[in-house]
Amino acid sequence: MIIKCPYCGPRDVIEFTYQGDATRQRPDPASSDQAAWSAYVYDRANPMGSHREFWLHSGGCRQHLIITRDMATHVISSVGFARDAVASVKGGEHP
Amino acid sequence: MAEPLSPLGHAFITGDHGNSAGGVGIAITERKNLSIVQVTAWRETVPAILTAISNVTGLSVPDKPGAGRSAGEKSVFGFAPGRYFVVAQASDLEDRLRKAIPLETGTIIDLTHGRMAIRVKGPWSEWVLSKLFAIDFSEHAFPVGFGRATLHHDIHTNIQRIDEETFDLYVFRTFARSFWQTLGHAAAEVGYHVQ
Repeated sequence: MIIKCPYCGPRDVIEFTYQGDATRQRPDPASSDQAAWSAYVYDRANPMGSHREFWLHSGGCRQHLIITRDMATHVISSVGFARDAVASVKGGEHP
Repeated sequence: MAEPLSPLGHAFITGDHGNSAGGVGIAITERKNLSIVQVTAWRETVPAILTAISNVTGLSVPDKPGAGRSAGEKSVFGFAPGRYFVVAQASDLEDRLRKAIPLETGTIIDLTHGRMAIRVKGPWSEWVLSKLFAIDFSEHAFPVGFGRATLHHDIHTNIQRIDEETFDLYVFRTFARSFWQTLGHAAAEVGYHVQ
């Protein structure tokens, strides 16, 4: 799989580290809703199709990326810096 | 500043090696007496950092991914957003950069004792390096002056193209001897000269 890093250009997947589902919403840190925290920590949708996820270009520019990837075909439809996605959300929360 | 010792030790053997009967494919050199400094800009201060680097080194680098420039023993190149390698044969490089770049503009870390600089030069340099790194070394994809951050297995390497057939490689010092030997193995096919 080739990932087109927004800074480094196309690179082999060996340079990247998968960092998980980017669609999770962290509960309010003050919340004691155990079901919500359990879902945040353990539940993953594992969709057959488009998936939004964090990757780290650990073997290159060392930037965190948000990638939209088709879980069935590995076709990547978008790549961007995670910091841009975070900055674009009001209050700097995870998108 | 303490004088850095070469990490190569007994692995550094001058002369021709490998299949050099038909000519030497590449020459491998350890670049010595360099100061290697990483400069990092804050998000909004990239233009100010590039101006400061230009004032200190005389090398003007555009704000483009991987862009860089080299002249003689001096080199500058970007390897990540807002991050630059600055290299010169001057022991006061870090001090001069610190004077030119206040904390509001960016941060500076001296990597002189943490990296080793290897120059690979010769008509087969692209061929040999392509065995080690999964990036495109052709000149249209990797233009003169530009830098890349990549790795050979877990040995993270910063690479700058100096001219059509010359590359400078910066590897972690603790991996340098192993990497040097691996580079020699990769170059044995085309013959290489160590100087």
